Amino acid sequence: MSDDMQARLDSLAPFLVDGSPHAKALGFALEAITPTRAVMRAPYREDLIGDPDTRVLHGGVVTALLDHACGLAAFAGLGGDKASATLDLRLDYMRPAEPGHDVLAEAECVRVSGLLAFVSAIAHDGNPDNPVARANAAFMVTRAGEAAAKKARANLAAGTSPISQVKP
Amino acid sequence: MIERLDLLLSAPYVQKLGVRFDDHGDELTGTLPYHEDLVGNPLIPALHGGAIGAFMEITASAALLAATDLVALPKPIDVSVDYLRPGKPLDVYARGTITRQGSRVANVRVEAWQERRGAPVAALHGHFLIKPAGDRQALTPK
Repeated sequence: MSDDMQARLDSLAPFLVDGSPHAKALGFALEAITPTRAVMRAPYREDLIGDPDTRVLHGGVVTALLDHACGLAAFAGLGGDKASATLDLRLDYMRPAEPGHDVLAEAECVRVSGLLAFVSAIAHDGNPDNPVARANAAFMVTRAGEAAAKKARANLAAGTSPISQVKP
Repeated sequence: MIERLDLLLSAPYVQKLGVRFDDHGDELTGTLPYHEDLVGNPLIPALHGGAIGAFMEITASAALLAATDLVALPKPIDVSVDYLRPGKPLDVYARGTITRQGSRVANVRVEAWQERRGAPVAALHGHFLIKPAGDRQALTPK
């Protein structure tokens, strides 16, 4: 059962970050995904700096990284076949990330209850015992998300890319 | 009022997002112009929650910079974001309200909307560390 689940996640892994234009634009990379956990990396990059004086990454980059990593942990926790939406995201910024260092987000789906998934995460720049930030988030399977997941499965089955053209 | 935002707007990440601010009297409104790179899920399609969250944090900082002469950018201590509706592939607007401002910490609320001000897509409240100019206590902590 859990092996099947891992195989499903492994097959979807290439789309989980690259399928999201925003995550791709920020250079995020998936490091690991298991039935309860997701690890994602944000690169230290010139265009992601928040304060030109300190050259520290913008807090918003850490926000987007934690949001996405938590979403992936929720996706895995909910069975890897349902799309969910963020209900809320609470972030504690404990210290600035070191300039020059990538930031890693480690998210764990701590509980699934019906259509809800509760996720806890930390972001760090090398040492998980000295986090940059931590997050707690709640996700819920929505109708819009379900329709999107159905579309993605159909595209995947048809052998086409699950990434559709964005039409405003 | 807008000159005080120069440091905030000069940050590479803020420029990448394309965030801009308009002031009308004492009201400051932020705009996050729609761009394909902001999409989180192209199948719905919905804007990335992280992009909306980051935009609201920038708007909170702008509200603080506009209200007080600060010697450094406000630093977020914690923020809590409620996602109320999926963000459509359209521009997002946001306005911040300072609910309390001390000499070191300020509480700010931000609402973000798209088509209707009365139908917000997300709301944020957070605590920010600030350093007001001329505040000796804040500049030389014990």
